Amino acid sequence: MNKVMSNKAVIALYVLPAFILIVALIYGPILITGYYGLMDWDGIGAKTFVGLDNYMELIKDAKFWQSAYHSFLLAFFSTLSLVPYLAISLILAGKVKGSDLLRKIYLIPMLLSSVAIAQLWVKIYDPNNGMLNSLLTMVGVENPPAWLADTNLVLYAIFVAILWQYAGFYIIIYYAALKGIPESLVEAAKIDGASPIQIAYKIKVPLISGVIKVTVVLAIVGSLKYFDLIYVMTGGGPNGASEVIASYMYKKAFDTFDFGYGSAIAFFLLLITLIVTWITRKLTASEDEIQY
Amino acid sequence: MKSAWHKVLFSFALVLMFALAACGGNDEEEENAASGENESDSSKTIEFMHLWPEGSSKQHHEIVNSIIDEFESDHPDVTVDVEILGNEQYKEKLKVLSTSNELPDVGMTWAAGFLDPYVGGDMFAPLDDILEGPLKDKFVAGTAEAYAVDDVTYGLPLELNITPLYYNQRIFDENGVEVPGTFEELKEAIQTLADNGVTPVALGNKDRWTGSMWYMYLADRIGGSKALNSAIDRTGSFEDPALIQAAEEIQELVDMDAFINGFNGLGNDEAKGYFINEQAAMYLMATWDLPEWTTNEDNPQEFRDSVDYAKFPTVEGGEGDANSYVGGPGVGLFVAENSDVKDEAKEFVSFFVEKWGERSVTDAGVIPATVVDTEGLDLPQMYIDILNDLNEASNLTLYADVQMSAGVADVHLDSIQALFGKAITPEEFAKQQEDALAAEE
Repeated sequence: MNKVMSNKAVIALYVLPAFILIVALIYGPILITGYYGLMDWDGIGAKTFVGLDNYMELIKDAKFWQSAYHSFLLAFFSTLSLVPYLAISLILAGKVKGSDLLRKIYLIPMLLSSVAIAQLWVKIYDPNNGMLNSLLTMVGVENPPAWLADTNLVLYAIFVAILWQYAGFYIIIYYAALKGIPESLVEAAKIDGASPIQIAYKIKVPLISGVIKVTVVLAIVGSLKYFDLIYVMTGGGPNGASEVIASYMYKKAFDTFDFGYGSAIAFFLLLITLIVTWITRKLTASEDEIQY
Repeated sequence: MKSAWHKVLFSFALVLMFALAACGGNDEEEENAASGENESDSSKTIEFMHLWPEGSSKQHHEIVNSIIDEFESDHPDVTVDVEILGNEQYKEKLKVLSTSNELPDVGMTWAAGFLDPYVGGDMFAPLDDILEGPLKDKFVAGTAEAYAVDDVTYGLPLELNITPLYYNQRIFDENGVEVPGTFEELKEAIQTLADNGVTPVALGNKDRWTGSMWYMYLADRIGGSKALNSAIDRTGSFEDPALIQAAEEIQELVDMDAFINGFNGLGNDEAKGYFINEQAAMYLMATWDLPEWTTNEDNPQEFRDSVDYAKFPTVEGGEGDANSYVGGPGVGLFVAENSDVKDEAKEFVSFFVEKWGERSVTDAGVIPATVVDTEGLDLPQMYIDILNDLNEASNLTLYADVQMSAGVADVHLDSIQALFGKAITPEEFAKQQEDALAAEE
């Protein structure tokens, strides 16, 4: 086997299928998107080269910046929500009765498809027959808000659904990481008289800091390109109050047949995510590798 | 042992490669075979693409099949090759085929805005010869015109939808409300219903075109049938006082709580749900929903019995009359410009439109764009009434978002949502659309 694996031709042969697929399905389209972004194109007829016009327009487009603001807001709340998820995982990873069952309960939203989750929350938020407003009316609220129709509330109403959707995902990651910490370290700390809070804060969290960094990047990048729940629940409305970058891109490309501009937004979104990822990596970088 | 594994994997990879290569080649071979066939025995094949799969549109599907059978038996040297796709896939595929100039000989298209890019790219053949010939005066006024660009018609409509105001007679009776004939009466009815704690109107304005229908009717009733059209085709302006007044009336209705709570966050299907659950008294929607109130067994009989419809009320002092409708043709048929069997394709289209007109209402509950003689038809009364109303129609205003180009339509729809949500004033509403329309001139 070793002999085989040192043969360059064989290495190339094994790597090639995956390489071709990645280039053809991911990197190729990215470059093509960038190229389309330089065109004035309705998706059907001829393309006209317009240089950087689409990007110049993008920079002046107030609607785009509003949707970008919403995307960053989502990224902020997603990152913030990692703190309670970590806390929950710390408790679950400790010896709590029924933690197995709880873990499964938290994971269930992950198993539902986004569209199903969106429909579920649309029903919950229904202004007249919905679960939430029925509950509010029952406890005596006179005029419960019309969640998804209220321009001031709609964004946050959807954020709740999104955070709920991903809770299980992050909890399971943290849980697995925490389970990987050797029991001997925790026991040694206990013998030295550390309280459970100290163990969690001073030993467990630092030990899984690598995983935490990864989840921060995942949360930020995932939020910036987030699309599905918003598209199904409000389509970016009312009046663009819940528009994010990806839904705005979709709208421009597929509803108004402005593929050139849509591609420019897509490419810009890629740049934003790359830059933000790089900054996040820089900010959270640390020298020491953890060794058990 | 290890090297044996390696051999297995390697040969597996090789097999896969050939399999993939073979997949790629197959298509071409088939195509060659098909075109070879054409040349050899002078029989002609019309490729026909439609969007009514057997699963989701059974009745449509069956009518299409029997029309094709009939056509083929009338023309023994012609075969019709059918390809069927669902709505969204159909649109996607049509777009892809057009970029490689491989459109089917006959296919389905939508009116105005959808048609424009294809006509601009010389993809569709003009069909005026059919309109002037075999199908002269067969269409309801204003329907085939919706498929015209610069006075040349590129599509022949199959469906027609107008938009009546449906109401629930039982709720009206319980609240002592009369069927409104004028806009003043409509407002009184809304006031009474709202005061009694009943939701007057179900509206799912998340979808935006739903609110647009309300606006279009008010614009029509106040400014006459030309006001909105001329603003859109640029012979007039959107800042026409009648169009601004219509926007003011919309906001007045919103202030009266005419529309269901949270309408800007509700989709049309949810709004319809409220109407079907008898939680709202009125619902403005096109005739494609007629089966819901007549034949759909999923809805309770009691509810279906209590639904009736009215023409949208007239506004006092306004120029529009009650026989003017907001509506539009649905899908229509096109013939590809580069089709190699153009004459046969045109014959097929004209045959199809005629036969479809004879059968679609009775067999599928779809109102065709061709004039229907209701005499002796076995249909629910509501269908008969609407078909008769259609024969008296004075005007048909095509849905604004269909009339406009895609970019302007988006501005229009966004403005509608903002207007209903009171985020902009009627003047701003008019100006936004005027600007968008002017920018495109």
